[in-house]
Parts: sequence; structure tokens; C-alpha cells
Amino acid sequence: MQRTSLLTPRQWLVFGAILLVAGVVLPVLNTAFPPGHALHVSDFTLNLYGKYLTLAILAVGVDLLWGFTGLLSLGQALFFSLGGYAMGMHLMLMIGKLGQYKSDLPDFMVFLGYPGLPLHWKPFYSFTFALFAALAVPAVVAVVFGYLAFRSRIKGVYFSILTQALTYAAALLFFRNDFTFGGNNGLTDFKTVLGHGLNEPFTRRVLYLLSVVLLAGVFLLGRWLVTSRFGLIQRAIRDSENRVLFSGYATAHFKLFIFVLCAMISGLGGALYVCQVGIINPSEMMPDKSLEAIVWVAVGGRGTLVGPIVGAIAINALKSWATRAYPDLWLIVMGTLFIVVVLLLPGGIVSLPSRISAALAARRRRRTAAHAEPASPAKNEPALAAEKPSETAS
Amino acid sequence: MLRRSLFAIAFLLALGGQALPGADPAARVRLVEALLAPAEQQPDVLRALIGLEDDTILPTLTAWRQGEIFVYTAPDSQRIPFRLSSAPDARGGFAALAIADGRPILGPDGLPLSYIASELTPLDTDGAIRRAMRDVTELAGLSAPDVATRVSAVERLGQTRKPEHLPLLSARLKIEIAAPVRDALEVALAMYALASELLPERIAATKVLADKHSLAGATEMKAILERAKTEPAEVDASLAAAVTSAVLSIERHFSIVNFFGTLFRGLSLGSVLLIMALGLAITFGLMGIINMAHGELMVVGAYTTYLVQNVFIGWYGKSGAGFSCYFIVALPAAFIGSALVGLLLERSVIRFLYRRPLESLLATWGVSLILQQVFRLTFGAANVQILSPDFLMGSTTLSDITLAYNRIFVVAFAALVVIALVLLLTRTSLGLTIRAVTQNRAMASCMGVRTDRVNMLTFAFGSGLAGLAGACLTQLGNVGPSLGQTHIVDNFMVVVSGGVGNLFGTVLAALGIGTVDQVLQPWLGAVMGKVLVLIAIILFLQWKPGGLFPSRSRNLD
Repeated sequence: MQRTSLLTPRQWLVFGAILLVAGVVLPVLNTAFPPGHALHVSDFTLNLYGKYLTLAILAVGVDLLWGFTGLLSLGQALFFSLGGYAMGMHLMLMIGKLGQYKSDLPDFMVFLGYPGLPLHWKPFYSFTFALFAALAVPAVVAVVFGYLAFRSRIKGVYFSILTQALTYAAALLFFRNDFTFGGNNGLTDFKTVLGHGLNEPFTRRVLYLLSVVLLAGVFLLGRWLVTSRFGLIQRAIRDSENRVLFSGYATAHFKLFIFVLCAMISGLGGALYVCQVGIINPSEMMPDKSLEAIVWVAVGGRGTLVGPIVGAIAINALKSWATRAYPDLWLIVMGTLFIVVVLLLPGGIVSLPSRISAALAARRRRRTAAHAEPASPAKNEPALAAEKPSETAS
Repeated sequence: MLRRSLFAIAFLLALGGQALPGADPAARVRLVEALLAPAEQQPDVLRALIGLEDDTILPTLTAWRQGEIFVYTAPDSQRIPFRLSSAPDARGGFAALAIADGRPILGPDGLPLSYIASELTPLDTDGAIRRAMRDVTELAGLSAPDVATRVSAVERLGQTRKPEHLPLLSARLKIEIAAPVRDALEVALAMYALASELLPERIAATKVLADKHSLAGATEMKAILERAKTEPAEVDASLAAAVTSAVLSIERHFSIVNFFGTLFRGLSLGSVLLIMALGLAITFGLMGIINMAHGELMVVGAYTTYLVQNVFIGWYGKSGAGFSCYFIVALPAAFIGSALVGLLLERSVIRFLYRRPLESLLATWGVSLILQQVFRLTFGAANVQILSPDFLMGSTTLSDITLAYNRIFVVAFAALVVIALVLLLTRTSLGLTIRAVTQNRAMASCMGVRTDRVNMLTFAFGSGLAGLAGACLTQLGNVGPSLGQTHIVDNFMVVVSGGVGNLFGTVLAALGIGTVDQVLQPWLGAVMGKVLVLIAIILFLQWKPGGLFPSRSRNLD
């Protein structure tokens, strides 16, 4: 099979331009102009965008599963949080004696009367190990759960409901104080990462840049996957798993691979998220957080890799603004948005331009048809048909 | 003076004539006598109160001990004992309430008397009087008209075991007719015998205690066994043997009681799960709609119950038979309320998504967010208070197994709903069309079934069941805007593990999950038990991916 190129030259150009704005222009505006200047981008804003970018990484993972493979996992927030907890444990240990109790133990352990550091916390003194764990722990959970689920051919809504139960069970566990991860309050009050204060503008700028780079990397990796033979099988599984199965492909292996990969991507995103937000607690792994990530993908446009990124950033920016301006109405707005997108705009925001141009073209055709002759056949289907994912097989 | 006392007696007689529980006119007259008697006679007059039952005796004696009883000498030199009201009156003082009738005493000017406690000299007590008071309070309740009060009084005496009370208990046993009180008296007497010096009586006592399954007796006998271990010479071998077998018999009894108690709690939790999951079994199981707003439809039912309750509070106040009826009205109201919301939901969103289950999941989640926020804005973020009707409060015991009325109600109600549902599905034409549409929508449509209308009705019916579940939940726990979210995962697990589209599977799964949860809880705590149940379900689905009763079809997907 002829391999489609990763991106067309024009797409490379757009990609490079966006990367330039996000990775160079914004940080430069942040450092070069003094606060109060019209062009100044505040540290707060930069940090906020960094947070959105890590959430966009989560969204790309969701889309690779749902938009391209047809697996609606409600457990992605779990993998995201597991990565976050792994990094949080490291940051917690890095507080050292700067905590409230001036003890080597993390504050919550002193508070709960732990005799010493639990054994599984000890390796997290090493940053490398924490980073490794942020990838490995979600991967292991995904392998075990995915193996069991795909082996017994649990699919469609059953898969969704089971992943929801999994993340709910995990959240219940993490809420417990004796689970050694800080219970209700989770891990917070971090001070430094790799010796740099987390509140210093420099550290924040670096973390932001890391988020940009990681998101770009994840985007390219996803793009590489979906343009490869693997991506073809992925979409075939989405559209009709049984036909793929009968053609001799072990669909369970393909699904397991993408499930584990997305878990790892989410875990990495979670690790970066925690560095920038400074807190991780069990409410981050409740099922509704996963559903929220699915909203981003649906609104942005599933089955495209740009869609989730657009959706994650747009909705979170909207959320940041609306929860301050209209805290009472935010949930209603989000719920309505969700219903409207599902019912009226299955292709999401990214399908809007092609929809509009298709509508315009149709109107122009009608007008010319009215001028010329009455029976001019509508020749070509609108362009969006190619991009639009077919209805998910039930 | 004569007129006044005549009035008092007439009033007391009137009270007696109404046969108010806990009011005994003669007892009140004696109580006033005791308060006014000269100090050296007071202990004897007080002891005469033993065996008399009146609600005022205990509070009055307590007040006396605490120096809150005063005596007013009327212009005609009549002495009237009184205490001060708890709330101040208009003049900033406290009204003087006569002990005899609880009414304000009128001064010479015809106005109620008003004092401040520090201005008055309280009625004094001494050691002898206080001892007499204690005797009265300890024996109070032994002859109360209420059986439960008598039982608790006897149990208290069995615990304290004062030799001077023994004759009173034996005397009571001769005249007592109520079976629970007789049992309690026998246990109490056996406790006396167990503590006595006579060996045959002690051995006989162990038998009585074992027969009556007395927990207090078991504690007492374990103490004897402890002593037999440390000082073998002190305890006779035959007594030790009798005590051991009695303790074993009591423990065996209570392990059986615990087993059935756990079983009952599991059954009732399973029934709660079942009522909640039944609506979902219809919308998800039969129609294939993943309704994430199902939990919120339950909350609609719960808040409907709350509203109905408020209307009834406005009419009848917060208790009584009239108020209790609110729940009977609330059940159909909750059904209709949730069914209407469900109808609206089906017409506006769900009917466009019948062939797209994953998207129905997403859209209904949006609906659930909106509804949650609407609840929060309408009813506030805090839980609302819902009072149970009288007939659902309290519990009964069946050979020592405690059965709370609200749990019994839930079990019976779940059974009723299941039966009604089965009858509806198998015996009515609507049920026939529902099953037809579920099995093959296109074919049913070809046969002239108006599938659109059937869908609408089925969904509204499932939503109404969710509303009933919500009404039931108000009797078992808190009602707040996020009540639905806490139950939605459980609900889906029940339906999935039962086998989608199979009501019998749903029933079995709900009862099974409820029982397993209750069995695990004492060992692992509520949260770990729940986590383990979730993991167990995930593993169970490995073994039976289609649930307990998978639906058979030739469809691959």
C-alpha cells in the first residue's frame, strides 16, 4: 500500500507557523515586554496555556482511541491521574523539610502518623524513576485491563461502562487515607522540580515549552500512526471489527496496542499537568473527568488529530472564563454545547469551515442552476464526507 | 383554698378521664405531698411514689435535686410547689408553673407570677431524701403502662442487681402478663441468681440465660469463666461446665442471628439496587439507550417527594397520620414527574440517537450536567431534609433479627414493581409491542407497530421507574443534587452483569451484588467492599461477557 505522507507541504507550513507562535512568539512576548505593556503575555496566562496543552495531550489520546479505533474509553482520566500521581510523588518528596511539619516525610504522612516512608515511595526520590513510572504505571494498568477486556471481546458501550467502573473503583481507592497517596486532599504544596522553584517564571516557561514540544510530538506520532498501515486497520476496526477479524487480523492485539499507547500518552500529559497545576487529587480520576475530555474531542472534531487539540484548548479557555463570569451557568452551557454538538455537528468545530464552504457552494450551484437551466444535477458530494467518521459501530 | 384544690382535683380527674398515657392524678397528688411534707417525713412519702407512674415524677425529682423547685405561699397561706418555665416571659422573668398541673400560678393581682431563679430559695434536700429519690428513679418504669418502658426498666435493674430490689422484681413477675416483660424479668432474676452463693440456683440460672439468649448474661458468664481460669478454686467445676455450654449456646444463637441479619441487609440493599436498575434495564436493556441522565431522573423523583412532603407539612404539620400519607401520594407523583421529564428528553434528544448508542451516552451526559445544575440552582447545593412517614420509622425484631421498617418496605416494593413490570411486558398489548420493537424494530414497523410512539412510551415508563427509585431513596439516605451521580455506576454494573435485556438477570444480579456487598462490608469496610465488588464484576464479565443471561441473537455485533 502506498503510504500517505505525514503532512502535505501546506500542512507542514501551518504546523510550523503554529509551533512558532506557541513555542517562540508567546514566550518572547512573555519575557521581552514588561508587565503592563500591550504586547505582554503574563506568567499566569503562559502557565494557563501550558495547562491547556497538557489537557490537549490527553484529548489526542482519547481521540486516537475513540475517533480512530471506536473505543470510547471512560478511563482516560485514570491514566492521566496515574501519571500525575507518579510525578506528584516525586515532587512531594522534593519538598523535603520545607513542609509544614519540617519533616523528611510528606506532610500528610506526618499528619496521619506514618512511622516512615512506605517502601513503594522510596524509588520516587529519583526524577528519572518518576518519569518512568508516569509512563509505566498507566501502561501496566492498561495492559492488564485491556488484555482482559479485549480477550473476552467486550466492546462498544460495554467497554465504556467497564472503563467507567474501573476509574470509579480507582478513585474510591485513592480517596482512602490508608492507600498512602494522601486520600481526599491528594498531593500538593510542591516546591521544586529538579532544583528549580515551581513558582519561578523561568521554571514555568520551561514547563510551558515542554508542553508545547510534547504536544507537537504526540501530534506527529498520532499522525504517523493514522497514516500508516496500522491506522488503516485501526479505522477498519472502528467501522466493522468483525470483517477485520474475519480477514485474519487479531483485532484484540491492535486494540490492546493503541489502548496501552494512549494510556502512556495520557500518563505523560498528567505528569506535566501536575508540575504546572501543583496539585493532584482523586477527584481528577472520577468518571466525569474522562467524559469531560470526551467533550473536548467531540466539540473539536473527532477522527481528526487537530480537532481534539482545538477542542481541549477552546473549551478549557471557555471554562476558565465562564466559571469566573457565570459560575452558576457553566455546567448548563457545557451540557448544552455537548448535546448540540452530538446532535447537530458530529464533525465538531474543525468540520465547520468545510461545512460552510459546502453550504456556500450548494447555494452558488442553486443560484447558477436557477439562472441557467432548472435540472442541473448536484454533481459532487460536499467535501466533508471524506473527513467525517462514519457512525460508530454498535 | 377549698375551691382551688377542688379545681385542681377536678382538673386531674379530667386528665385521668382522658386516660393520657403516663399521667396518673393520684401520683401527682402524692408528689406534691412529698414536696410539701416536713423534711424528716419526706423520704417515706417519697418512697410511697414507687410503683406509681406519672411523666412528671422523674423530671420533678431531677429538678429538686438540682435546686430548681420552689414553693409559693399564696395569700390564703396555701403552699404551692412550682418550677420556672424555660423561656422568659414578656417582663423578662420566668413564669412559675405549678407542679400539680403544670399551669402558671396566678398572683393576688390575677396575673401569672414571674420570678428570676436567683431571687428565690429552692426547696432543700438532704442525704436521706436523695437516697429515697434514687430508689424512686431506679424503680421508675417498672409498672409503666408501656411495655417497652417496663422492659427497659427491668433490664436496668438486672444490670444493677441491688439486693433490696429483688423482692420487687419477684413480686412483679407474679402479676406481669406481657410476654416480653416476663422474659426480661426472668433474665433479671436469673442474673440475681447467677451472682448468688447457692450452686444449684446458679446452674439453673445459666440454663435460663441460655434459653433467653441474653447477651448481658453472656457477658456476665464470660466473667465467671475468666475467674475460673485465674482462680480455679473459686469456681465449682459443674458450674464452669454449665456456664461454658450456656455461653456457647448464646453465641451460636447470635451468629445465626448475624447471618440472617446480613442476609436481610443484603436483600434490602439488593432491592434498592434493583429498583434503581429496573428503569435502566428498560431504557438500556430493552431500548439500547445508554442514559447517563438516569441518575438525574431518580433525583427528579426524590425532589418530587420532597415537594409533596412540603405541601403536606403545610397542611398537616410535621407529624401525624395526615402527614404520613404524603409518601403514598409522593410515589405516583415521583413516577409521573420523572416520566414527564423522560418524555421531554426522549422527544428532544434521544429519538435522534436510537441507532447510535455511544452518542446517546454522550448526549445524555450533557443532559445530566444540565439537570444537576438546575437542581443546584433550584434546591440549593446542600441536601434537603426529608422526614420519614411514621409507618416507615422504627423497626421490629424477629427472634432477635432487627428488621427496619423502611428496609422491609423497600424489599416489598421492589418485589411489587418487578411483578407489575413482568405483567406489563407479558400480559398487555403495550408490553407485546415493546417486546416486538426491542427484538426487531424494522420488522415491527412493517407490521404496523408505531415504533416511534412505543419508543416514547417505553422511555417514559423507564424514566418513571427511575422516579420511583428516587422516591424510595429518600427514605434511606440523603437527597442532594449529586445523588444520581453516586449511583449511576452501580446501576450500569447491575444491568450489564445481569445480561442486557433480561429482567430476570437484572433481579438476580441486583440481589447478588447487594448480598456480596453486605457480606464483604464488615471485613473490609464500605469503600474497600465496594471496590472489590466492582473488580469482581469486571472479572465476572471476563467469564461471562454477556452477563448472567446473555441475550441470544444471530447478530454478530
